[in-house]
Amino acid sequence: MDDEKKPTIWESAQARGVSRRDFIRACTWMTASLGLASSSMAQVVKALETKPRLPVVWFHFQECTCCSESFIRSSHPLIAEIVLDKISLDYTETLQAAAGKQAEEALHRTMRKYKGEYLMLVEGAVPLADDGVYCCIGGRSALDIVQEAGRDAKALIAWGSCASNGCIQAAHPNPTGATPVHKIVTGKPVINVPGCPPIAEVMTGTVAHLLTFDRIPQLDGLGRPKAFYSRRVHDTCYRRPNYDAGLFVNSFDDENARRGYCLYQMGCRGPVTYNACGVMRWNNGVSYPIQSGHGCIGCSEAKFWDNGPFYRHLASFPGFGIETTADKVGAVAAVATAAGIAAHAITTNIRKRKIIKEGIETSEDMGGSAASKGGE
Amino acid sequence: MKKSVLGLVYVWEIPVRFYHWLNFLAVAALAVTGYLIGKPLAIQGAAEASFSYWFGVVRFIHFVAAYLFFFNFLFRLYWGFVGNPFASWKNFILHRKEQFKEMGEVLKVDILQATVKPMDTIGHNALAGFTYFLTFLAFAFQAMTGFGMYSAMSDAWLPRLFAWVVPLMGGDFAVRQWHHMFMWFFIIFSMVHVYLVFYHDYVEGRGILSSMAGGWKFVEKECKPENS
Repeated sequence: MDDEKKPTIWESAQARGVSRRDFIRACTWMTASLGLASSSMAQVVKALETKPRLPVVWFHFQECTCCSESFIRSSHPLIAEIVLDKISLDYTETLQAAAGKQAEEALHRTMRKYKGEYLMLVEGAVPLADDGVYCCIGGRSALDIVQEAGRDAKALIAWGSCASNGCIQAAHPNPTGATPVHKIVTGKPVINVPGCPPIAEVMTGTVAHLLTFDRIPQLDGLGRPKAFYSRRVHDTCYRRPNYDAGLFVNSFDDENARRGYCLYQMGCRGPVTYNACGVMRWNNGVSYPIQSGHGCIGCSEAKFWDNGPFYRHLASFPGFGIETTADKVGAVAAVATAAGIAAHAITTNIRKRKIIKEGIETSEDMGGSAASKGGE
Repeated sequence: MKKSVLGLVYVWEIPVRFYHWLNFLAVAALAVTGYLIGKPLAIQGAAEASFSYWFGVVRFIHFVAAYLFFFNFLFRLYWGFVGNPFASWKNFILHRKEQFKEMGEVLKVDILQATVKPMDTIGHNALAGFTYFLTFLAFAFQAMTGFGMYSAMSDAWLPRLFAWVVPLMGGDFAVRQWHHMFMWFFIIFSMVHVYLVFYHDYVEGRGILSSMAGGWKFVEKECKPENS
């Protein structure tokens, strides 16, 4: 915390007993996970050899700590260790040794010393209702803390769906006014890394990008790194051929489920969810929900709790009760329309007699050539 | 009833009729395939995925029909500026007092089934014009949401133009939901549209039903052709 000459990442890795071989291996992994060509590996190695470690502060607000849990289980722990090592020195409520006054002091020291340089990681949503009383740390509201720390941060990373889009806290009716970070901090780059939790490798990959290139990765329209969120779970799903072949599981206990067909009919959110689950998978690439036989619930998408039920891919139609989908509303409207048309046709026909009669009279006035036609 | 002499008026030019029927085909294909995409047939079979591609074909038809629909729609907008007065955009955006008055009269004919008076309009009546304006909005909405979703799986420039729709509406799930809901608008519109064409032909006998095939409508000689 008092390093005037900040050690580089390679130096601090050496200090932790990381061998050159392991270091290069980590660099290789990082290069791959950033989506770079193997020829760019030298660039990554050089960056980690020469760049000092990034000062990092990690905040926890309305969250369940699943993001932290995911992060510390990264399959290649070097980056996680480096970041964690550093943040344990600076500030993170759940993992730092310091507590109370010391912790707050550590935070403020980092914020002063590395003004405009530190990376701010936020886990959890920020409640805005009732002056933010629903989340207070050290006697201050989360809103206060985010605004203060965000002012001098170099960049922010919003960890998980809570910080990126509000997640379950922001689900209807959102009693605490839970708000994602990018709506509070303006004028600073905010990288959204949604997911509940995000994949560990996606988290470390995002940090690795910042470490290596010293600039934020390419982001999509919702502020998510394109390297990990540009494709839908559906696009990279190993069950995708079943979708194109029209082979679907129709209930969890049918033959098709055993055959491993597509879970689209079971409400799988893969087609509407942008994440890297199908490629990176979880727990060191062991599996992911669809591989384990359950549809994606779309945890990295905004409002995924409100878009229920999970086992149907059309949400309930608002205002019509939980079992009513747009299809049911549409079908009822179509039937009502058909009934209206039928009634209209009946009254028209009652009236038509008169119209025919008038028409015949008119035709007869004209000379009667159409009279026979009118006699139908 | 007064004597009436019927004359023929060429109302719908060939491009307008062509547009109408291509639009019909495209919308029918889009609605059927769209419904299937939303709710695929439940097939129980022991097939390997590599042996069939029917769902992919259904989606392919949907996308091709969408492109046809979109460019056909653009063409119709263009024709609203260069076509004859019956095809003009002025029929769809109500801007004159008489048009609102006429809308009330048409509602009387259609809903209250009041006695039919000779109508001044030869092309679209004011109510129909207004309804088609709403359908044009629905067309635009479906095209935007559809291409917005499609942009995730395409690098073509046209869908990319609509990529911004998805974040604006809060993600693919919401876009998909709205796109699906508007399909019902098309279904219900078609039902009412077809019925009303039959109805008007039935009670007015001005050849509205065949006009979209041949382009001709009957009109009372005294009525002067509308020049809006």
